[in-house]
Amino acid sequence: MSDSTGEVVLEMENIDKRFGAAQVLKGVKLCIRSGEVHALMGENGAGKSTLMKILAGVYQPDGGEIRVDGKPVRIGDPAAARRHGINLIYQELSVAPNLTVAENVFMGAEPRRAFGIVDVPAMNRRTAEVLATLGARFAPDTPASELSIADQQQVEIARALIHKSRVLIMDEPTAALSDRETDRLFEVVRQLRAEGIAIIYISHRMAEVRLLADRVTVLRDGSYVGELEREQAVPARVVQMMVGRELGGFYEHDKVRTPGAIRLRVAGVGGGKVRPASFELRAGEVVGLAGLVGAGRTELARLIFGADRASAGSVEVDGKRVDIGNPGAAIRLGVAYVPEDRKGQGLFLQLSALANTTMNVLGRHSRWGVLQHTALNGVTRKAIDRLAVKVSGPAGIVGGLSGGNQQKLLLARWLEIGPRVLILDEPTRGVDIGAKHEIYRIIHELADAVVAVLCISSELPEVIGICDRVLVMCEGSLMGCLAGDALTQENIMALATHAQAA
Amino acid sequence: MNVKALNLKSLNSKADPAKPGITAARVFGALGMLPVLVLLYIGFYFLTQQFSDDGISNFATVDNTMNILRQTSINLVLAAGMTFVILTAGIDLSVGSMLAVSAVLGMLVSLPDSFPSLSLPVFLLAGTALGLLNGALIAYLRINPFVVTLGTMTALRGAAYLFADGTTVLNRDIPSFEWIGNGDFLGLPWLVWLAAAVVVASWFILRRTVLGMHIYAVGGNPQAARLTGIKVPLVLLFVYAMSGLCAGLGGAMSASRLYGANGNWGTGYELDAIAAVVLGGTSLMGGVGSIWGTAIGALIIGLMNNGLTILGLSSFWQYVAKGVVIVLAVMLDKWRHQSSTN
Repeated sequence: MSDSTGEVVLEMENIDKRFGAAQVLKGVKLCIRSGEVHALMGENGAGKSTLMKILAGVYQPDGGEIRVDGKPVRIGDPAAARRHGINLIYQELSVAPNLTVAENVFMGAEPRRAFGIVDVPAMNRRTAEVLATLGARFAPDTPASELSIADQQQVEIARALIHKSRVLIMDEPTAALSDRETDRLFEVVRQLRAEGIAIIYISHRMAEVRLLADRVTVLRDGSYVGELEREQAVPARVVQMMVGRELGGFYEHDKVRTPGAIRLRVAGVGGGKVRPASFELRAGEVVGLAGLVGAGRTELARLIFGADRASAGSVEVDGKRVDIGNPGAAIRLGVAYVPEDRKGQGLFLQLSALANTTMNVLGRHSRWGVLQHTALNGVTRKAIDRLAVKVSGPAGIVGGLSGGNQQKLLLARWLEIGPRVLILDEPTRGVDIGAKHEIYRIIHELADAVVAVLCISSELPEVIGICDRVLVMCEGSLMGCLAGDALTQENIMALATHAQAA
Repeated sequence: MNVKALNLKSLNSKADPAKPGITAARVFGALGMLPVLVLLYIGFYFLTQQFSDDGISNFATVDNTMNILRQTSINLVLAAGMTFVILTAGIDLSVGSMLAVSAVLGMLVSLPDSFPSLSLPVFLLAGTALGLLNGALIAYLRINPFVVTLGTMTALRGAAYLFADGTTVLNRDIPSFEWIGNGDFLGLPWLVWLAAAVVVASWFILRRTVLGMHIYAVGGNPQAARLTGIKVPLVLLFVYAMSGLCAGLGGAMSASRLYGANGNWGTGYELDAIAAVVLGGTSLMGGVGSIWGTAIGALIIGLMNNGLTILGLSSFWQYVAKGVVIVLAVMLDKWRHQSSTN
């Protein structure tokens, strides 16, 4: 649509950033012209959000240069970014619900009269002007708490326009919008582009990028992969650039298992954002559950486990229809769920390795409610040995362990119940390579012992490497199941992003 | 190779604490607030000696030590119940009011035209029932513990005055529970035996039973506790009922000691109980702490009350001194935790 030969307003070159030991960005570059919609794409964890936070002054880069209008600048804090005309609209909106629309728009930069009194009429007048250009259907004095998500987004855009924004960053702006609201947002985006504002657009949805973007920059594992012009940016090409990674012999997936009887049958289970999903897990099978963050994978797992109540559907374990209303019931049936948020929902960080390992089976190692400490100590020591956990002993406090060792202890707790169905949610997130390897080994061991394993993971090489087949979710729906030769990163991404090509 | 070398290194550093070399931090790590208690005792001994007319300390005597224990006993019982609650990251502001209600009800039952022999069960049941009320509101209606117990603290204080009809229920003839406040056993007052029994029972529940483990789990991470199949509401119900039971026992102890009860009994006791728990190193965030710490915390408070009175300090200055010691002790505790995690 618009000419991609607009002048360059913003350049990032050779940007490096590390958090602790993890290098999240290395040598990344980005070139933004005025009056263009520039899509930034990459898998979860590719470094998109970090790069944008550097641009918005939230993080400082460890190396590289940022140029605005060709002049090198230092963006020390969000206020500096605003002075350079760079505004970031966060995924989680930052509208204060207790204030009016106009107060939100001018937050921190209220027009003043004498004695520091806020000039409310001027504020409302200027807000009304901006809202009119955005085609908003609410008044400046509306309390922000009454606005829908889409309207709140317009408040944020209005805030950026008031600050004379030249570069507007939108991080997954349509994630929470309905189709109609999305259409309206697109109109606004096109209008801003026509006015010469550059828009950096982060989205996982191939269709949107196809529709809006003039150019696309792709990141992978914190590195710059390439920049595509509109014509070149066909879904197949972009997906391939996003995932084009080599698979090492890292996943030990040579042994062929023959799946046994059906262990878990999920029929039409849905609730909340999850639309009714049906699938089966067989004994000795490792099945992946892939999809983008927010696709509803964790939510589906929680419904199956009974952590949340399903509003529809039924679950069968070993051929018997069961009513899983709470986690206790699931555990009694041999269903285990290792949550994604290890520290928030899994571990008891202040407690000992013993408490963390045996919490699910205390009843088995007690008489009349009194704990048998010798037995519990034995169980814990065995688990520590079996999973090669580096901890000083059963009394060691779990909070001080590394991520990998914490994850192994959490896994140990669930193995103690002797699971028939094991649901793992991002089992290797934040875990170092060595521990990853051992977690894969344990998963394969369990499958050999005819446990049915469902493994949620956002790391595609991992999903393909360890799973026999992979279910893919997109926006709350189960899109399909891939196995055999069809099990490729490209196919998974295509299903997960709802793209028809590839 | 590299990984192995790293392992050895981490093993070595783990073995470090066994090496000789005693640092202040390490001593505090193992003993908690015990050194503070001992130092205070010694300090008061010298101070009272210094300021007495005849140069003899009447603080560090057997009789006075017994006094301290007796004076500490009721607060220790309340603090034990409070420990359960605070371990689940809750708070119970209503213990003083529950103590008053159960004391008044028990004394009313003890009157000659009532059922004197049922007094003791009434003390305990009244406390437990009120605790269950707190627990039900917190666990099933999911109201914030601070708000619930702030409400019951106020409402039950009123109820206590109403039951007592605004006066003091007096009864010099209470054979069924006179022993609690005034009797001795093996040379120790029953008050002290009861407090000790409550501490030991609490230790057993917290450290030796499934329920105890679940209490720590719920306090440490309620979401994770739910996902391991722990019935979190039942655990919460138990800890508040336990706190109520302890308040009921505290009511029996104070009513027996004073042969009476009125609506004013136990005012402000919740703060001393919370102070004892916090002094004992139990985290208000839940999941961390021990009943031994609480016992030492209660003894520190009892010791301060007694020692400052013997020194002849005015009660105004006693408040100031107590407050300062509590804040200093908790600062010490924080420093201790920081140095032990480094």
